[in-house]
Amino acid sequence: MMPLSSGTIIDGFRLVDILYRGGMATVWRVEHADVHIPLVMKVPRLEYGDDPTAIVGFEVEQMVMPALSGAHVPRFMAAGDFTAVPYIVMEFIEGPSLRERLEKVPLPVAEVTMLGVKLATALHHVHRQHVIHLDVKPSSVLFRPSGEAVFIDYGLAHHNHMPDLLAEQFRLPMGTGPYISPEQLRNIRNDARSDLFALGVTLYLLATGERPFGNPSSLTALRRRLYRQPPPPRLLKPDFPPWLQEIILHCLEVDPERRFSTAAQVAFDLQQPEQVPLTERAMRTSGVRFSKTARRWLQSLGAAPRASHSVANHLASAPIVMVAVDVIAEMGALSEALRRAVRRILISEPDARLSCISVLKTSRVAIDSNVDAEGRNLHVQRLVELKHWARPLSIESQRMTFHVLEAPDPATALIGYAQANHVDHIIVGARASSALRRFLGSVSSRVVAEAPCTVTVVRAPATAAVKETRAVFT
Amino acid sequence: MRISLLTDIHANREALAACLGHAASVGAERYAFLGDLIGYGADPVWVLDTIASYCAGSAICVLGNHDEAVLAEPRGSMRPDAQEALTWTRARLHAAHFTFLRQLPLHVEVEDMLFVHANALAPERWEYIQSPLDARNSMAATQCRYTFCGHVHEPHLYYMGNDGQTSAFTPMPETPVRLSPQRRWLAIPGAVGQPRDGNPAACSALFDTASRSITYYRVPYDAAAAAAKVRAAGLPAALSTRLQLGQ
Repeated sequence: MMPLSSGTIIDGFRLVDILYRGGMATVWRVEHADVHIPLVMKVPRLEYGDDPTAIVGFEVEQMVMPALSGAHVPRFMAAGDFTAVPYIVMEFIEGPSLRERLEKVPLPVAEVTMLGVKLATALHHVHRQHVIHLDVKPSSVLFRPSGEAVFIDYGLAHHNHMPDLLAEQFRLPMGTGPYISPEQLRNIRNDARSDLFALGVTLYLLATGERPFGNPSSLTALRRRLYRQPPPPRLLKPDFPPWLQEIILHCLEVDPERRFSTAAQVAFDLQQPEQVPLTERAMRTSGVRFSKTARRWLQSLGAAPRASHSVANHLASAPIVMVAVDVIAEMGALSEALRRAVRRILISEPDARLSCISVLKTSRVAIDSNVDAEGRNLHVQRLVELKHWARPLSIESQRMTFHVLEAPDPATALIGYAQANHVDHIIVGARASSALRRFLGSVSSRVVAEAPCTVTVVRAPATAAVKETRAVFT
Repeated sequence: MRISLLTDIHANREALAACLGHAASVGAERYAFLGDLIGYGADPVWVLDTIASYCAGSAICVLGNHDEAVLAEPRGSMRPDAQEALTWTRARLHAAHFTFLRQLPLHVEVEDMLFVHANALAPERWEYIQSPLDARNSMAATQCRYTFCGHVHEPHLYYMGNDGQTSAFTPMPETPVRLSPQRRWLAIPGAVGQPRDGNPAACSALFDTASRSITYYRVPYDAAAAAAKVRAAGLPAALSTRLQLGQ
């Protein structure tokens, strides 16, 4: 491999200076005459006797990075072969790194929540592109100046639609000691929920200042997480909010089946603390103990080969579905039609979450009173109606949340909510058309036009009387 | 340079036309036909004329076992329906077609790429690559980093590390995969004219020599029309049915 120094030109990229020199790679700031964004070049440190996983890891990174795009990954520019100088050129993300926040742990709950939403959002975007990171930790996260979290370092990643060079070649678990998931210790590399485990470790560390499983160095010490639960944050900090403990320990379940299904669900719960369904996990205050569920999971692992996981199918099977419910009293037959549409989707996707939304229209200018003529609180009244509407659905309460949004423009409020909460599917009712509605444009048509996801528009079935009239005249 | 990889066309005009159109739409600049241009299907003349016209340009073409068998009685035994189709095909070809087939090489090397119909260990023996071990034997028989072959009708991707360890991967259509020059790769695009994995859509692949990435494709075509022609030609009914079922 040729020696590198400032001024060296490789495939048109001119090396400027070294930004970072790590154990595995050196990162150079580089320039290119035709590229007008700041760039870095990552060059692996390949020396005789080096860890072979590092070499294959760099190959993996060269394979996976070109397939990724969007705000939550560094933009890939070029890759160089091992025959000359192996390298990857990508967009320079200035940072800061999440690692820098570790100096200040434990962080306030509000900051942990804000960071958690950003990390989960970024992870969901990576997973949506069929990639499992498998090395989620604070040093793998940089923040853009605009605030979005960016995952870097794809040397251990698994792309669901590409050969897994690491899985084929190495039999030892690959990951970073404090963060590695139980299934990675079992050499399972195709479950997106492994990243949710590492996200849980990260949030635990940010919120408590401690690592849930310490910093184990031997394989035996690493395996302890297969059968021992971490000390609950409330043991370390008695005033730790139960809802945040619920979310973190939900991520840290040994059996991936018992974790959140998707990173979007983690982001969703972090954004609505008051609606997180609290289980035994939320209240746990006792120390480390043997986990029965973990033991069952371990036994099941030995018993049967695990089906291969498709990240895309997995994400698709756990959508966040949002139903927009209008003023219930005025809905008539549409009310039941909407429930029927919701039921149909939730039955076919048992891991789906349902978010029931109603918009309380406020005036753009005047300050509204939030009580009606009888002195009832309108917000509370709407929430009561919303829950009443949902009751016949007979869906387990932990799969459902309720929100009343107050906004002057219902369509904008619904679209904004869907964006912020990674909603996969919106179900919205459309009332019969009227002259005024045609003139103003309906809420449903704006949602269809502007929503970031699939939208189902539900209409009440036409009444028999109308059909008969038509039958007479046609 | 983007090279379209098309193999096991088997005289299926509809499938080849669809794949050539698709390849052009995804930016193919060069074409490689990996053998078995004829046999089974009802349009050997159109298929050979079309491929010969591509070869008059920069296309690469190698001989397959069906192509060889139409020139002379095959050495080994062929399945009865394949044999029947060959006899039917032979009666329809003109002298120019035989001349074209006779000059086809068993393999072609271009830079670090090998184009061959079957296992490169002994191309003339027409051995299948059905396991990582077969793929390893084939890759060990060439200095080329990339082997592109056919004969097997389902899409596959094999790769071999420096230690000889070879693994198999079932490619996903439409996902470009970078074939790292750190190892050897053997890519089987799957059959254009007679897919057998239960999906009747034609198979093809595109290799980009600049980014060293391969993308597999499934190209839908009018299999019912191709099947109807096989029936109308009086060829064995099974050859018609399997086109529509992709079996």
